[in-house]
Amino acid sequence: MTDAAQSGERYVLRLFVTGSTPRSVRAIENLRAICEAELPGRYELEVVDVYLHPEAAKENQVIAAPTLLKLLPTPVRRVIGDLTDHDRVRYSLDIVKNDGTAQDPFASFGGAPSDKP
Amino acid sequence: MTAQNLDHAPAGALPKARTGIAGLDAVTFGGLPAGRPTLICGAAGCGKSLFGATFLVNGATLFDEPGVLMSFEETDRDIAANVASLGYDVAGLVAAKKLAIDYVRVERSEIAESGEYDLEGLFVRLAYAIDEVGAKRVVLDTLEALFAGLDDESLLRSELRRLFAWLKERGVTAVITAERGDGALTRRGLEEYVSDCVILLDNRVADQITTRSLRIVKYRGSAHGTNEYPFLIDSEGISVLPVTTAGLAHDTTLDTVSSGIAGLDAMLGAGGFYRGASVLVTGGSGTGKTIFGAHFAAAASARGERCMLFGLEESPSQIIRNVRSVGVDLAPHVESGVLKLSSARPSLYGLEMHLTLMYRAIESFKPSVVVVDPISAFRGPSTEVHSMLLRMVDLLKAWGITALFTNLTSPGRDDATDHGLSSLMDTWIGLHDLESNGERNRGLFVLKSRGMSHSNQIREYVLTSQGVRLIEPYIGSAGVLTGTARLTQEAQERADHTARRQQVEKRLRKHQVKRDSAERQMAETRAALDAEAAEIQRLADEAEQREQDREADRAALSIARGAAE
Repeated sequence: MTDAAQSGERYVLRLFVTGSTPRSVRAIENLRAICEAELPGRYELEVVDVYLHPEAAKENQVIAAPTLLKLLPTPVRRVIGDLTDHDRVRYSLDIVKNDGTAQDPFASFGGAPSDKP
Repeated sequence: MTAQNLDHAPAGALPKARTGIAGLDAVTFGGLPAGRPTLICGAAGCGKSLFGATFLVNGATLFDEPGVLMSFEETDRDIAANVASLGYDVAGLVAAKKLAIDYVRVERSEIAESGEYDLEGLFVRLAYAIDEVGAKRVVLDTLEALFAGLDDESLLRSELRRLFAWLKERGVTAVITAERGDGALTRRGLEEYVSDCVILLDNRVADQITTRSLRIVKYRGSAHGTNEYPFLIDSEGISVLPVTTAGLAHDTTLDTVSSGIAGLDAMLGAGGFYRGASVLVTGGSGTGKTIFGAHFAAAASARGERCMLFGLEESPSQIIRNVRSVGVDLAPHVESGVLKLSSARPSLYGLEMHLTLMYRAIESFKPSVVVVDPISAFRGPSTEVHSMLLRMVDLLKAWGITALFTNLTSPGRDDATDHGLSSLMDTWIGLHDLESNGERNRGLFVLKSRGMSHSNQIREYVLTSQGVRLIEPYIGSAGVLTGTARLTQEAQERADHTARRQQVEKRLRKHQVKRDSAERQMAETRAALDAEAAEIQRLADEAEQREQDREADRAALSIARGAAE
C-alpha cells in the first residue's frame, strides 16, 4: 500500500472501451464516480475507443474490454471489466479511502493475495 | 510425390491452403482446410510454434498469402530470432507487409477483474493486424495462455467459441496451437471448438533416441493419411516423410546395371542387376561387403550415373581410404560430384529420423544408384526396424533407384537375415567364410535373383589390389576346393602332368637314340656296300682293260704271224 491518497499523488488513468456499448458506458460511469469520490482534482482520465484506435490496443497490450490502465503512480496496474465492483477497483488502483485505511476486499479472507509485486 | 498426390485430390473437394511443408501437403492431400481453423497440439518442445511460423512464412513467400502471427508466449524479437535460425527473414517479411506479428502479453499479476468484460480487445487487435497486411493466414500461438491470465473460464470459453466463428467468417486459414493434455488432445479442451482439422505432434523417446512424429487426428470433409508420420526439424525447417505413400506400382525394366565386378555379372543370367532392383549382400565380418558396395558405386559413377552411399559405420574419408587399398578409388567420383557419401551413426537418431534424412538426401541429390552399408547397423525392436527398412526399399523402388544393401550376418546364422528382409530383395548375394585346412577363404554365391537365371556355384573370390576378383572354380575328383587346398591340388596336378610329360620325353629320347644308332649302322652298311660295289667296278674295269690289251696283243701277233707266213 502506498500513501498515494495522503501525499496527493496524481493519477494518470487510461480506459479502453469498445464504442458506446452498455458495458463501455457503465465502465466510464463507474470510473468517473470512483475518481470523483476518491481522487477529486488529481487525476487524468483518457478514454480510448479501440474500434477507432486499434493500434492503441496493441501498444497497450489490451485484450479485454473494458480495460482500465493505471499508468501513474507506478506500478502499472490493469483492471478489466465494467468496474462495477468499486472496492475491487479501489484496491487494485491502490487508492486509500478517505478515512485513511486501505480498502482490502480480501480482508475477511485473511488479507490480500500475495501476487502483488 | 507431392504434386502427384495433389493431382489425385478429387475435384470439387474442400479448398485447401498449402503449408509448403514437404510431405505434409501430401498426407493432407493438399494442405490445411482453407478459410477454417486447424488445431495443432502437442507437448512442450514438439515444434508447434515452428509449424505455425513455417505455415506463415511459406504462405508469405511461396503462395502470396500474407499472414498474422499472434503470439502469447514469445515476444516479436524472440520469434524473429527463433525462426531466423531456420533461414527465415521475419524482419524482412514484416517490413514488406507480408507478415504482421502481435505479441500478446497476459500477465496475471498485473490484471485484476472487476465486473463484466469480453475479449473484444483481442478481436480488435487481430482484425487490425489482418487488415494491416491483408492476411489470408493467421496463427494463434498458444491461445491457452489466456486461461492462465484470466479467471472467468466460462466467459473465456464463450469468447473462444466466438473467436473461432469470427475467424471462419473472416475467411482466414487459422492455425491454433495448444498444449497436449492428460488423456485429452489439449489441456483446455480446445479441440471442442476447432473441429475442422486437428493435427497431433509427438516427440517420443525410446532407447534414449528421440523421434518426432505427426498424426492427423481428424480432417473434416477430406481424406487424409491416418498414420503417424515422422517429421524432421533441421536447418532447412520442417519436413514430413509420407512414408506409406510408397505403393507397389513401380515400373519394371529389363535394363541391367553392372555390379562392378565382372565375374559376378557373369554369374547373373542377365549380366548384372536389373535397374531399379534391390540387392542384398550378406556376409560375416571381413567378407568384404563394403568393398562390394564400393565396387557397385564406383561402377555407377564411372558410367556417369549419380550415386549415393550411406555409410552407417564408417566416415566418408574412412570408406574412401579403406576401399582404395583394394583398388577401388572413389575420390575422383566424389570430386566430380556424381558420387555422394553420407555417414551417420545409427544411434544418432531414431529409425524414422534416419529414414527421413535419407529420404531428404535422396530427394535433393536424385541418385540413380544407392548403397546402404550396412543395414544391420540399425538397432531397435525388430518389427520397427523391419517396417522402416520395408519403407526404405519401397521408396527406392518407387523412385526406380537401384539399391544395394549390405547386411552383417552373425556367425552361426548364415542365411537368416536379422530383419527377415529376403522377401523384399530381388537379388541376394551371400558371402561366406569357407573354413578348411586351418584357413579361411571367401566364397560367394547368388542365393536368389528374381527374374533371371543365375549360377548355382559357390565361387571363391579374393580381394586383390585391383579389387574383388572371382577365381575360376576348381571342380575336380576331390570336389570343389578353395584356398591352399585348391593351390595344392593344382600343384599336385601340375606335378603329375609334368611327370607324365617327362616320361614321354624320356621314351622319346630313347627312341631317338635307338633310331640314331640304327641309322648310323645303316649308313655304315651302305658305305660298305658302296665300297664293295666300287671294288667290283674297279675289278670289272681291270678285266675289261686286260681283255682289250690281250685283243691288241693278239692282233699284233697275227699281224706278225701273217708276215711270217
